[in-house]
Amino acid sequence: MVTLEPPIEQLPCENLIYSRPESLAEIQTHYCPGCTHGVAHRLVAEVIDELEIQERTILVAPVGCAVFAYNYFDFDSAEAAHGRAPAMATGLKRVNPNSIVFTYQGDGDLASIGIAEAIHAATRGENITVIFVNNAIYGMTGGQMAPTSLIGQVTTSSPTGKDAALTGMPMHIAEMMAPLPGVVYSVRRSLHDARHTIQAKKAIRTAFEAQIQGLGFSIVELLSSCPTNWKMTPLDAAHWVRDEMIPVYPLGDFKVAEPLQNKNRSA
Amino acid sequence: MAKGRILIDVERCKGCELCREACPPDVIALADTLNSKGYRPVMLLDPQHECTGCALCATVCPDGCITVYRESVPKPQRKRKQPAYPGHVIPVAA
Amino acid sequence: MSKELLKGNVAIAEAAVRAGCEAYFGYPITPQTELLEHMSKRMPELGRVFLQAESEVAAVNMVYGAASAGVRVMTSSSSPGISLMQEGISYIAGSEVPAVIVDVMRGGPGLGNIQPSQADYNQVVKQAGHGDFHPIVLAPSTIQEAIDMMVLSFDLAEKYRTIVFLVLDGAIGQMMEPAELPPMQEVKKKRPFWALSSQEARRTNGELPQKNVITSIHLGAEALHKFNEHLQRKLAQIEANEVRYYENYMEDAEVAVVAFGTAGRVAETAVKTLRAEGVPVGLHRPITLWPFPEKRLQELADRVKAFLVVEMNAGQMFHDVREAVGREVPVEFLGRMGGLIPFPTEVEAEVHALWRRTEVLEMHRP
Ligand SMILES: Cc1ncc(C[n+]2csc(CCOP(=O)(O)OP(=O)(O)O)c2C)c(N)n1
Repeated sequence: MVTLEPPIEQLPCENLIYSRPESLAEIQTHYCPGCTHGVAHRLVAEVIDELEIQERTILVAPVGCAVFAYNYFDFDSAEAAHGRAPAMATGLKRVNPNSIVFTYQGDGDLASIGIAEAIHAATRGENITVIFVNNAIYGMTGGQMAPTSLIGQVTTSSPTGKDAALTGMPMHIAEMMAPLPGVVYSVRRSLHDARHTIQAKKAIRTAFEAQIQGLGFSIVELLSSCPTNWKMTPLDAAHWVRDEMIPVYPLGDFKVAEPLQNKNRSA
Repeated sequence: MAKGRILIDVERCKGCELCREACPPDVIALADTLNSKGYRPVMLLDPQHECTGCALCATVCPDGCITVYRESVPKPQRKRKQPAYPGHVIPVAA
Repeated sequence: MSKELLKGNVAIAEAAVRAGCEAYFGYPITPQTELLEHMSKRMPELGRVFLQAESEVAAVNMVYGAASAGVRVMTSSSSPGISLMQEGISYIAGSEVPAVIVDVMRGGPGLGNIQPSQADYNQVVKQAGHGDFHPIVLAPSTIQEAIDMMVLSFDLAEKYRTIVFLVLDGAIGQMMEPAELPPMQEVKKKRPFWALSSQEARRTNGELPQKNVITSIHLGAEALHKFNEHLQRKLAQIEANEVRYYENYMEDAEVAVVAFGTAGRVAETAVKTLRAEGVPVGLHRPITLWPFPEKRLQELADRVKAFLVVEMNAGQMFHDVREAVGREVPVEFLGRMGGLIPFPTEVEAEVHALWRRTEVLEMHRP
């Protein structure tokens, strides 16, 4: 029998280094074991706590595995139609200019069905933040090919591997967004290990700071894993992000507007 | 190195082991028991007191189930929420 | 205030402004574009929100967003644009937020044309999006009525947390008529309790309120069934309270002409002429297409010998009249499509024929 010595309860609480952020609701997520949607949620919640904006933040949740994100955050939330989160967020932000409005979208949601809404919100320089979770697959519907799937990637709708001649090359959202004039911050980070996760959090923080400062559209693309639909263990999935995804989706800062520079050097 | 301890919300843990891979002193292990959801949660297995409270495990945890304590704190801390779940004592075979 | 000569689309837009509409999102499409253009000028003048969206899909979802914040918000479009909006409309209905949509109908299917039409009746009244719901549908036939109903639309939307459609056709949108605009209402300061604003703003006695969530998902079958039952109860309440129609010469009529919007105007002209000729005909003009004045038509069916439905489509409301009236009383249809408006003389001829037929039938009855 192994127990802990001394019991945790007796440690003085000043020494509490890390605990669940306030902005993350107590409820347990429905995500599969090892799915990094949970990490992305937690990072966003930590940033919102640190910036002390919980009381004026509004989430616009997507259709995708994160459809219930509004249950997992402890602030006002809306559930958009598939891909329409940036339009819904636009409506919300325009009538609530003092709120901090962010969308949380998967790659099917943002890069496929909702690409028009995303690009136009970006072009208008809508003062919102987009957390874009790129897991190279449609998670919620059971692992079909996404515009972000890698060439050769086997999915339930590309059983012989994604074929560029048939469905095109993977879509690079962070790079696509960067040249749009309304965009002030467009970066790609990864959630496959602790070091990269810490960098991802810094980027998320900068993206929200951009909104607080009223600078315009900010987007953080997060390379994320989908162990279940990739048919891997969580650890293998993390390695797949590192070994297969990052070479196709290089991490980096594709646009950092002047007022945000020097805050957060690149990955 | 400061000594640290982690507290794991066993009921929330899904046993994905990402924390295990992230842990530098390698003091996290899968428990032998299942939680009420049927997952095999992780536990701190640290007889040598090697945990430094670096919080990398908590950083990668998708389910936010790790609370981290450290013996001495170098800088002043923000207000932190105390965990709502009870302390963790996982019976495992020695 | 006195009457001014106003163009339909502009009058509606200004009425919305005066009803305290706080945000407008839209996309250009003939024959409603003047509405959007008027908003583009007026809303910023008043420090309110105007945004030309990239598509009707985006416009309706912006409306969804602003509606979730509990403000008076609207969009306007014409038939092809309404087709695109169906997704958002369904989400708005499913999350019970108030929103107003103006549909200046044009001829279809497909790109069709930009002429006046009533071919969106089914789309708006029967199936404005996927799922079991109905928006409230108001169909004015004069510019004054359109103005009054624009204001009413916002009130009803808020009262029932529902979508209200104001449907007209290019004829009413484009014509000019003397009408009186309503007094100016300020934008409401207080947001409803369910709205997404800022938790901070909703704080009472220093206590932070519960978070608000606007969503249309109910994953469990039981839960969704319950929600739908709730929605149906609300719809039943609307049906009980909000039926509106206009009648003329109906007291002693033996033939009833049923028509809405522009077709209703034409029908009224025809009815007046026929009355001068001594034909006992009256007009029943539904103003709410949903809830449909079904009970009133049932009452009329007890004493009227025949109905003539006049529409600018292939016969869409016709089926609702038929259903209300039953099989005992004949219901005839006169329709024009493609942007044609029936002439009063055509309606007159049809009524004459119908009247003669029913007289003959009467004679042969035992
Ligand atoms: C209009 C519409 N089309 C299709 C769907 C089905 N659908 C739900 S989620 C989804 C894809 C989600 O994938 P992604 O955005 O990558 O998010 P993930 O689940 O991977 O997090 C699809 C196609 C839908 N809900 N609505």
